[in-house]
Amino acid sequence: MKFTDIVSPFLAWSRAAKKADTIPYPKQSHPGSDRYRGFHRNDLDKCIGCGRCEEICQNLAIGMVQVEGSEPAEGDSGLRPLVDYGRCCWCALCIDVCSTGSLSLSNSYSWTTYDADTCAYIPGTDEKAWDDSQKGYSQDNSILQWAGSPRIEMPAAEPDERVSNFEEVIRGYSPEQAAVEASRCIQCGLCVTACPAHMHIPEYLKAIADGDYSRAVKLFFDNNPLPEMCGKVCTRECESVCAMGYQGEAIAIRWLKRFACEQFESLSDVLATDEKPLEPGRGRVAIIGTGPAGLSAAYYLSRMGFQAHVFEKDGEGGGVAQHAIPEYRLPASGYEKQMDVFRKAGAHFHYNTEVSSGDILKMSDEYDALFIAAGLQRSSDFKIPGVELPGVKHAFYFLMNNPDDGSTEVGSRVLVIGGGNVAMDTARTCLRLGAEVVISYRRRIVDMPADEEEIEEAMEESIDFRPQTIPIRIEKAGQRLKYFYAEAEMVDDPDGGRPKPVRKDDVEHGIEVDTVFLAIGQSSDLGFLPDEIAGKMTIKWGEIEVDEHQYTGVKNIYAGGDVTPGAGDIITAIADGMRAAKAISKK
Amino acid sequence: MNSSTDPLKTTHLFFGPQHPGVTGNMSVEMWFDGDEITKAVTHVGYLHRGFEKLMERRLWIQNFPLVCRICVPEPDINEECYALAVEKLAGLQVPERAKWIRTLILELARFAVNLMAFGGQAGTLGLGTGAMWGITFRDFVLDLFEELTGARVYHMYIQPGGVRRDLPEGFEKRVLAVLDKIGERLPEFDRLILNNSVFRDRTVGVGIVKPEWVSELGLVGPVARGSGSLRDVRKDAPYEVYGELDFEVVSEQGCDIYSRALLRRREIDLSMHLIRRILESMPGGPVAAPLPNLTEWRIPPGEIYTRIESSRGEYGYYVVSDGSLKPRRVHVRGPSFVHALTLLERMLVGANIADVSNIMVSLTTCPPEIER
Repeated sequence: MKFTDIVSPFLAWSRAAKKADTIPYPKQSHPGSDRYRGFHRNDLDKCIGCGRCEEICQNLAIGMVQVEGSEPAEGDSGLRPLVDYGRCCWCALCIDVCSTGSLSLSNSYSWTTYDADTCAYIPGTDEKAWDDSQKGYSQDNSILQWAGSPRIEMPAAEPDERVSNFEEVIRGYSPEQAAVEASRCIQCGLCVTACPAHMHIPEYLKAIADGDYSRAVKLFFDNNPLPEMCGKVCTRECESVCAMGYQGEAIAIRWLKRFACEQFESLSDVLATDEKPLEPGRGRVAIIGTGPAGLSAAYYLSRMGFQAHVFEKDGEGGGVAQHAIPEYRLPASGYEKQMDVFRKAGAHFHYNTEVSSGDILKMSDEYDALFIAAGLQRSSDFKIPGVELPGVKHAFYFLMNNPDDGSTEVGSRVLVIGGGNVAMDTARTCLRLGAEVVISYRRRIVDMPADEEEIEEAMEESIDFRPQTIPIRIEKAGQRLKYFYAEAEMVDDPDGGRPKPVRKDDVEHGIEVDTVFLAIGQSSDLGFLPDEIAGKMTIKWGEIEVDEHQYTGVKNIYAGGDVTPGAGDIITAIADGMRAAKAISKK
Repeated sequence: MNSSTDPLKTTHLFFGPQHPGVTGNMSVEMWFDGDEITKAVTHVGYLHRGFEKLMERRLWIQNFPLVCRICVPEPDINEECYALAVEKLAGLQVPERAKWIRTLILELARFAVNLMAFGGQAGTLGLGTGAMWGITFRDFVLDLFEELTGARVYHMYIQPGGVRRDLPEGFEKRVLAVLDKIGERLPEFDRLILNNSVFRDRTVGVGIVKPEWVSELGLVGPVARGSGSLRDVRKDAPYEVYGELDFEVVSEQGCDIYSRALLRRREIDLSMHLIRRILESMPGGPVAAPLPNLTEWRIPPGEIYTRIESSRGEYGYYVVSDGSLKPRRVHVRGPSFVHALTLLERMLVGANIADVSNIMVSLTTCPPEIER
């Protein structure tokens, strides 16, 4: 044994004279670090109640509960997480997956309570000392991307390649791409409430992810008999509320619907509708118009055992949706596949049958119910000098007249006035017919009612956008036309409405063009309604007012689609048709 | 009747599970002749939480906050083993920076454990100052963990695909500051423990692990290296970035408790060396690979065994996937299984009653990895 070995341990006594390493609690305490995983906070303004935190919690420490002050709304379930600290293990998975990033952990780790029941609370609602603390573990989606990821890019034709023909721009997903895209869904179901038809979106996305496409198609038809059309041109309210869209990109719900439909040559074979109307012999219903609303009503009524007679003034069904939307967005090749479903479902189509007011009166006696879904027929007029000149045309009529066959001469330079989908479709169609196209719109590009995607694609195709331009007049200039406009600036509306364009100066700008298309808006022609019936209805701004069951207030007469007020899109019309069918069947 | 357990000749005693000298919740049933142990049987079962079974009921991602709970002093090894297994099964590419950060974490954890274990060895002999200092030094490292991961003990930081967060700004400097602070005090620590006549008397020549047992019983880690073996997964089958780091495996020839303590002391130096190298060479870039939707994450069918070097030796996970959302089977192979059962029962025969906890701590046995 060495002497130093006996002595050296005692040198530790020198520590007695030095500062201690420990903290003299409670005089001093150790604050949690900037990333500390302490108690929960929730930013209620951001929380949408998607329930992702509840879903991921391995300890079942989180439950979604109804909270006073957070009412269910479009894109918000109204539910908020309640955290039970008897179960929480502070793993913070809930934080990293929070789709809006509203949930975070404070750096507080100490909390004393004498009431065991308060060990569970609703962060953000139940006030806690750490609500205002800025420190603690919060989400960083740029690192993990667990709360939102990019979508699988849809293969599409390049702009310079697509402007030379009318081929469909979108190429469609491969099964592998579709499976990956569909499996991004977190099954929160916020999209279901946003969809006017309340389609079973989480369920069919799951079916697509699992590769069970026929199940997906059957789920589509539960609330939407035109899934392929919607899969191509739907306004997709669902995607606008998608929880994955807050910190990543919304799931491509529309493209996936299109994908599933494309997997089958015949959708009616998948549905096997010809086998059984659910309850035959329930009565006869007359439907005016074969647009999405009329077709939707015809399908559901037939399935419920009604004889649905659909009257169409043209030789083909599908309405404005089918015929005004150009080939490159909605190819006519899908028409037969779509109509086959309705025929097999048992709907009776009467084409080339213009319905007069006399017919309506007769029908209201002969049929058990009448569903008016006549849609839009008229393009709105626009009052500036020169609109009567020969080269000035209505864009809506132009689109309805199969412009893609090249039969309509538009010249080498075209001007389109308007900023809606009709304006975009006309501009892009003219471009494909070989013209140079200018779009004149009174407000800003962000104010355009057209689908954002259409605006983007039109820009890619190098269409000349002239926003904030007020039309003044059109003059004849030799063989051509000269369009005069003034530049506008946006002035805020004192009443809180959207900003108004106001002429900036006296300068007039002119462009020489061959054709001017007016795309100001469309309306319904309700002239076919007999006065006895129209008189009893409430008709405002050329639209028939209906209740939540599409009932017009006139016995046995229902209406839907563009003849009634609403969003004016396909899915809304489909929902109208379905609601009317349900109401008629319950009558 | 076996003579080693003859009630007329021996005293029968339970050591643990409630005893400060026992490492964790386990117990050793012993028979003594005088104060010499004639037979020892290890009992476990006080701590069974069914980790392996629980994992079969949780999503792949939900398991990484669970696995760390198998080991309190060094949770990161479980996260690492699990993450490696999932990544290999799923074919995930881990970003380069994440690998360096993971190696840093694993070395910091080993550093903290060895500080505690080295001091703890003195603690079993009643030299409480050493044990307290070990805990204090470990706490300095825990401060770093808290800053980096948001928690002091269960870090839940190494996840399949990478790590959860990048290093905070200035973190490297603070790591070096802690290394310097502890490094400065280590000579004092040595004087207190290694150059201590009591410690030497009680550890030199006590708790012999014969070199031939290493292969016979499959001993690993400090227990094997304290008996002259050079087994170290970091060198034998380098994972993460250990292959790119320059270091020598440390080994001691004494085979007794003292050489195992000395080995841990040298491991502390090695960890400090490795941490410095890692901080010098850390590349930039992302720290996590993108994962699919966590609640829909299916991993292709397959099975895999991953192993890493924990502070107690080779630590492995055997993971089977059947292509579903959850693991089909996860098996945890911790080094304590052999050390606490086979080896401890063999070493205790002939040992003195006062040396039981001394021997046990020198093996740093950990019951949770025996009964997962």
